[in-house]
Amino acid sequence: MVNIIDIINVGLFAATLRMATPLVLGALGGIFSERVGVINIALEGMMLTGAFTGVMASYYTGNAWIGVLAAVLVGGLLGLLHAILTVEFAGNQIVSGTGINILALGITAYLSQVIWGSRGASQSVNGLGTISIPLLKDVPILGEILGSTTPLVYVMLILVILTYVVLFKTPMGLRLRAVGEHPAAADTAGINVRRTKYLFLIVSGMLASLGGVFLSLGQLNFFVSSMTGGRGFIALAAMILGGWMPFGVLGAGLLFGFADAVQMRLQGLGFLAPQIILAIPYIVTVVVLAGFVRKRIPPSDYKPYEKE
Amino acid sequence: MNTAVRMVNITKTFPGTVASDRVNLEVKKGEIHGLLGENGAGKTVLMNVLYGLYKPDQGQIFINDKEIRMDSSATAIKNGIGMVHQHFMLVPSLTVAENIVLGREPRKNMLLLDMEKIVKDIKETSREYGLEIDPKELVKNLPVGLQQRVEILKALYRGAQILILDEPTSVLTPQEVDSLFKAMKALREQGKSVIFITHKLKEVCAVCDRITVLKKGKVVGTVDANNTNPLELAAMMVGREISSTCKKENYQPGKCVLKVEKLQALNDRKLSALNDITFEVHESEILGIAGVEGNGQTELVEVLTGLRQTTSGKIILDGRSITNSSPHDRISMGISNVPEDRQKRGLILDFSVLENLILGYEDKPPFETGWFRLNLRKAASFSDELIQEYSIKTPSKETPARHLSGGTQQRVVLAREFSRKPKLIIASQPTRGLDIGATEYVHRKLAEMRDQGVAVLLISADLDEILALSDLIAILYEGKIVAIRECGKTNELELGLLMTGGNNE
Amino acid sequence: MNEKARSSETRRLMLTLRGTIPQIIAVLLAFLIGAIILLATGHSPIDAYVAVLKGAFGDVYGIGQTLTQATPIIFTALAFIFAFKCGLFNIGAEGQLLIGGFTAALAGIYFGDLPIYIHLPFALLVGATGGALWGFIPGILKAKLGAHEVITSMMLSYVALYITSYMVNYPFIAPPGWVAQTVPVAPSAELPRILSSTQLSASILIAIGMAAILTLVFNRTVLGYEVRAVGLNTAAAESNGINVKNTMIIAFIISGALAGLGGAGEILGVHRRFISGFSPGYGFDGLAVGLIGGLNPIGTIFAAILIGALRAGGMTMNTVTGVPIDIVSVLQGLVVLFVAAPKLITYLSKKGVALPRALKPLSNGVQTILSKIKRTSRKGGS
Repeated sequence: MVNIIDIINVGLFAATLRMATPLVLGALGGIFSERVGVINIALEGMMLTGAFTGVMASYYTGNAWIGVLAAVLVGGLLGLLHAILTVEFAGNQIVSGTGINILALGITAYLSQVIWGSRGASQSVNGLGTISIPLLKDVPILGEILGSTTPLVYVMLILVILTYVVLFKTPMGLRLRAVGEHPAAADTAGINVRRTKYLFLIVSGMLASLGGVFLSLGQLNFFVSSMTGGRGFIALAAMILGGWMPFGVLGAGLLFGFADAVQMRLQGLGFLAPQIILAIPYIVTVVVLAGFVRKRIPPSDYKPYEKE
Repeated sequence: MNTAVRMVNITKTFPGTVASDRVNLEVKKGEIHGLLGENGAGKTVLMNVLYGLYKPDQGQIFINDKEIRMDSSATAIKNGIGMVHQHFMLVPSLTVAENIVLGREPRKNMLLLDMEKIVKDIKETSREYGLEIDPKELVKNLPVGLQQRVEILKALYRGAQILILDEPTSVLTPQEVDSLFKAMKALREQGKSVIFITHKLKEVCAVCDRITVLKKGKVVGTVDANNTNPLELAAMMVGREISSTCKKENYQPGKCVLKVEKLQALNDRKLSALNDITFEVHESEILGIAGVEGNGQTELVEVLTGLRQTTSGKIILDGRSITNSSPHDRISMGISNVPEDRQKRGLILDFSVLENLILGYEDKPPFETGWFRLNLRKAASFSDELIQEYSIKTPSKETPARHLSGGTQQRVVLAREFSRKPKLIIASQPTRGLDIGATEYVHRKLAEMRDQGVAVLLISADLDEILALSDLIAILYEGKIVAIRECGKTNELELGLLMTGGNNE
Repeated sequence: MNEKARSSETRRLMLTLRGTIPQIIAVLLAFLIGAIILLATGHSPIDAYVAVLKGAFGDVYGIGQTLTQATPIIFTALAFIFAFKCGLFNIGAEGQLLIGGFTAALAGIYFGDLPIYIHLPFALLVGATGGALWGFIPGILKAKLGAHEVITSMMLSYVALYITSYMVNYPFIAPPGWVAQTVPVAPSAELPRILSSTQLSASILIAIGMAAILTLVFNRTVLGYEVRAVGLNTAAAESNGINVKNTMIIAFIISGALAGLGGAGEILGVHRRFISGFSPGYGFDGLAVGLIGGLNPIGTIFAAILIGALRAGGMTMNTVTGVPIDIVSVLQGLVVLFVAAPKLITYLSKKGVALPRALKPLSNGVQTILSKIKRTSRKGGS
């Protein structure tokens, strides 16, 4: 018999927060890209690359934080690549994104093989471990969820707030939103549309990669081929459900994270076949998109901006 | 010392037309100067030259008696010129304040926006000029009149001393127009100059100090607003060297084909676009709907072709109600459409001439034979016929429509729409962008169709075209049919007056 | 009249060939960068590429493997193209292929009493229908609700993966249950092999047939006309009476059906039972192949053979030179990136001075490859 308390307990909410983190980070990356007017389908590939790069750097330097830094840098490079193809050369945004995804899949498995001799999994490396916030962790219930967890969770929460501030309280964010929604207006106001798009696509890649490195160095301490498992796409759905707003995607990410956490719990209890459970987050995503998308209007028109 | 702007001998040509022809314009400080003219008179082009968006082929510009090379809008802004375009350059999801400061944001602590200061400044300025607005409101929630205020405030924030308003009243309600005029006068009191581009006679007389009338790129004259009246201005605007009278000798309309009853419709901004429109079109008749663009023509065509819902009213074709029919059904029932944007709605540019010639009819016999098969042979012989009949200049029928000239593209559209023996033809701005030869061809074809018994609804902003073709003329102004005249019983003057809001009283 | 027709035919052929140049350049550039990656990780590109060629085309078995790998990719590429022509992005071909394969397997396992000329087409049809259903979902969500078809179709791929995995691991698992596969299909549902000592089945004939049919559909049917119209200019299509929403849904249904048929062909022709994980990503390969083939059904056949050769030859390359097989995905990704921005290719070709210089080592490499092949074949083959 399955006790409901085995499924719904504080640990579930802690797990929800953890599962949500890569999704929220990816969705934040998606926000920056889409709000500046470029569809970013490549979140999946950027996440995967981030996951791999983090492990690789940690392997060579023995330091997980250098791994995080390396992942963020490589993510920025991928964002730059996407920018070059879609902004500079007005390429098809979805094809470019898909190309990055395929490339990421291939190159991570290839290098995995080259470095560790196995395209499946890497060796264990130094992970990020957990950190605790001294007073918070003693608070009942809340302390168990937030008090002591992998540091990237805190980073994610800070970034949500930071994204909100940047988007709505700084000149840079104002220009970003103008460029995405009405590039002609931004242009006549004297803003360099091209440079703005480049900048925020790089930021987008960095955030997505950060989400990826959470999976490899934050949750575990190794890399597994295609370990992102579609999370980049779920992050996109979270971005849409969250209305392209930082706190909105936090909520959406928590929703999907919850589905993920429930799935893992049900796995452990073994009363439903694993595959059915694994499918839950994806089904949830489709249902969400079918049900809620009509209320959501994208912030940009995504057309490449050409001056007359 | 009193002159704010002096434009001397400005000439600007585009391929095929002279948009500005040795124009001389002088605007004083502390003056509201009206720039009056029809569609295509060259008003906007002239102001775009002043604002640095176009480089003139010849001529000079003096601001405060200093010659300036206007090579960009940044230069114009630096010299105190601000322009409020017809299509606003506002970001809908940003607030008023954010839109106003975009690109020149005041900061506190180097990184953050100093919105309090902005809000304070905006409140002050808006009070000063009677342009009250809530700086924290989102632009997309504002009615158009207030959005326009934001544009004006934006220009003032950048230090504009000379404000160009391009057709500002075409999107305003009467009350909003009054507020705008009050604001313009307040600006004048502060010593600023306002250039007011419009085609509306009553307004220009109501608010301007002096008025310059343009016609086909040339200055007709500059008059004192006190010394003139709408009739005189209309004559200047519209008067022709050769008086074109209607030569409609054999006007014998048949039975009613299209009846439109009390049509009401909203535009994309959810404001009223069509207001109780009622008219009829008969066999062997061309009904020309005259009017300056932006008075509801686009919405009328969309309603008639099935692309826009009516909020009330009826559309009856040959006795059958088609008010809610799909575009597909309307085509089946015999409506042909020559759209105003031929490249967006009339043709598929990457399709071949052949494929474009059967567009809209591909699923009916003789092109569709059993099993969804497209009878290419029929289509080929059909297009060969049409290419010959309509003298479509194309290397082959496989050529993509993209490679054809504008006039040839229009011939393809005409060929397709007319060869179907329709009951009703709706032609919107059918000669826009075409040269004289192509224009004459389109006119000839429309007249032919009418002689063969077809009912033709012609919508055009070109008064010459309306006069040349129409048997009956209806004038559309601000969403209403303000008059219907028989061609022989009216003249350009009266029409020009009605089109621009004047009337005979 | 005949001469004029023939010269316009040749002109069209020349234009088509000239139109493939950007794709060819994209492929060459991808291989160039791939070579750099190989060098940087301590492998010889020449050895690697030679091994791929030998593995893919060196003997009958190799050719058979190449074509076998190419077959399902042709189907998924056609699926991608059909949706793309309507302006839609179906990246869920993988899921549609899996569902098609599974439903075809079921149809093949049961109904064993039917004679082959009824059972086989029936099973194939069931597979196509399964894929069509899986394509219908994102199609209707997009048309009626505006749901982003890229995300929905991708999500449904994962759902399909898990559903079929569940089915083959539990209800339909073949005794004694050590391997995640179903019982074999009835002999009357087997697609015959067409090249002895290889796995190549008649599925490739169906694939090529489908490519030809698709060409006909695009150019000679009302549906093809309307699909292309909607893809090229939705506004003009709408104004001229085409029902845009319905056309989009139909496009997705057909797209899914093609992918499903590919899955059915793979199951009934190669494996003869549903095996968990039988697709190493054919659905996603289809996307790259569709693009490489210039979005032309006939072009996809050649592009699919290219990718099939990489996959088949890749195994030889891995055995002989130790290069990880994932270099194939890397090459694929690179080609897609180059094809994504045609202006990039024109930009690079304008820097034409740089290109011949880069091509020199490539042409040297090609010559080396050819001479190596000649040498080994003279020594008596591998």
